[in-house]
Amino acid sequence: MPPEPGLSFAAAFAPALLDPARSTPDGVTGPNGKAAGRRYDVYRNNVTVSLIDALAAVYPAVQRITGTEFFRAMARFHVRSNPPASPLLFEYGRDFPAFIAQYEHAQAMPWLSDVARIERAWLDAYHAADAAPLPPTQLSAVPPDRLADLVFIPHPAARCLRSDYAAVTIFAANRDNAQASRIDASRPEDALITRPEFDVALRHLPPGGAVFAEHLLSGRPLGEAAALALQASDEFDIAANIAGLVDAGAFTSIADGDPS
Amino acid sequence: MSTVINSIPPAAMPLRFAPPIGGVAGTSFKPEHLPAILDGGARRGFFEVHAENYMGAGGPPHRALEAIRRDHPLSLHGVCMSIGGPRPLDKAHLARFRALVARYQPALVSEHLAWSTHETSFFNDLLPLPYTEATLACVCDHIDQVQEAIRRPLLLENPSTYVAFRESSMRETDFIRAVAERTGCGLLLDVNNVFVSATNHGYAALDYLRDFPLAQVEEIHLAGHAEQADDEGDLLLIDSHDGPVVDAVWKLYEIVISRRGAVPTLIEWDSKIPDWPVLQAEAAAAQAILDRHQSAAPAGDRHAA
Repeated sequence: MPPEPGLSFAAAFAPALLDPARSTPDGVTGPNGKAAGRRYDVYRNNVTVSLIDALAAVYPAVQRITGTEFFRAMARFHVRSNPPASPLLFEYGRDFPAFIAQYEHAQAMPWLSDVARIERAWLDAYHAADAAPLPPTQLSAVPPDRLADLVFIPHPAARCLRSDYAAVTIFAANRDNAQASRIDASRPEDALITRPEFDVALRHLPPGGAVFAEHLLSGRPLGEAAALALQASDEFDIAANIAGLVDAGAFTSIADGDPS
Repeated sequence: MSTVINSIPPAAMPLRFAPPIGGVAGTSFKPEHLPAILDGGARRGFFEVHAENYMGAGGPPHRALEAIRRDHPLSLHGVCMSIGGPRPLDKAHLARFRALVARYQPALVSEHLAWSTHETSFFNDLLPLPYTEATLACVCDHIDQVQEAIRRPLLLENPSTYVAFRESSMRETDFIRAVAERTGCGLLLDVNNVFVSATNHGYAALDYLRDFPLAQVEEIHLAGHAEQADDEGDLLLIDSHDGPVVDAVWKLYEIVISRRGAVPTLIEWDSKIPDWPVLQAEAAAAQAILDRHQSAAPAGDRHAA
């Protein structure tokens, strides 16, 4: 939509903010006809640096892994090609993990984009709506013949992520100034992220656990989720997994599923 | 048409700190200071937060803000409404802003004479606008919409700027006065912004303050700035909020308070954040100046002197 007459200033001012190849917009000036190049560059710098800072705030473990210089160079590319669409900066960078996956200089760290996905989910859990987790007693009160049709209402903070690499261990080792130790990055890991009260919790899921959690979190009945989890891994332990999910605060309530 | 709606708090949520809060000094609230603040218990002063940081659905940010709000007046400072931009206001953002006002009942609510969003991009900076009849009408329309949404007057903050627009046809002070007259909004006078813009554009800060509609000022900001150079190698000040208030800004502040009377004053410190006692000391320095001028406050506060 073209701007109203007299309101074209933003359309002229904005395009060069994230494009260093563009020249200083016409129409801006210093006092008494002084040049506006370095003056306009203050805005360019503010925009670029503050958006890189915003990505660094969302992805501190990724930055710790890559080092600040590497991270900021990578983030600068992303900021210039994908500036935020929302003024809520804690929502920014949802497509950054995909960017990392194809970023030329990050190819030696094939697990890095999965670490970023965990980190993005961590922040979503942090800001998710408050809700009381399901009390374990509610589950134990369900008659055994109703269990298979039972569905679980997910907690707003609950997230499940799967990785072909040891992304959970790598993430945990790089948040909160943890001590570095040798990690076998090639071991696949699945993560459950929850925030039963105010502290975000990250857990490894056991074999079959991610298939089970994903189906329960998307509203599938307990019987169906357990059958699919057993197909995924013959080590799958339904009692331990359901207890683990409830204990982690992955759900808020239970309901009878539709038997059809 | 401009619509002025007085403060009408929802009946179920009485204001604990009914505005005006008078001549008190406050600080930016930074979550890392929460334990130190809570250890100190309730004290004189207020806290200001950037509204956007509390627009998530839940979690620790709201818990921290509730803890602060329990014992202190709050100032809700929006930084992303893009009031100065040509684009229609983001309705979803306006609804979030209104919800925060309703939930936390802040004593002060403010936004910027600036823009930050164009087309689909959010630039996360307070960008400048030309001062013309067309932009004046647009800004007034946007402020009308905000004030209708929050059902109380908004305080509009004067910007710090690094460039001017050739198409500008009025001075910033005339523009701001016209906005206040047409919309009934109050003003947030950022004295550091005055000092930064005066230096950058080669005018006297005192001339700007003489022309500024001080009677509409309901809050003051004080902050630190950084120094750079422009194309000609002349001093260019950057509104960085990363250090103490400089002496020249303190002097301007005392002049403003001597003319306006004591109004709520914020020490704004947003990066390279110091320990809580350092921020407290800056607020105490502002409070000392306010207290020297409390007798010059509007009639309602005078009996306390």
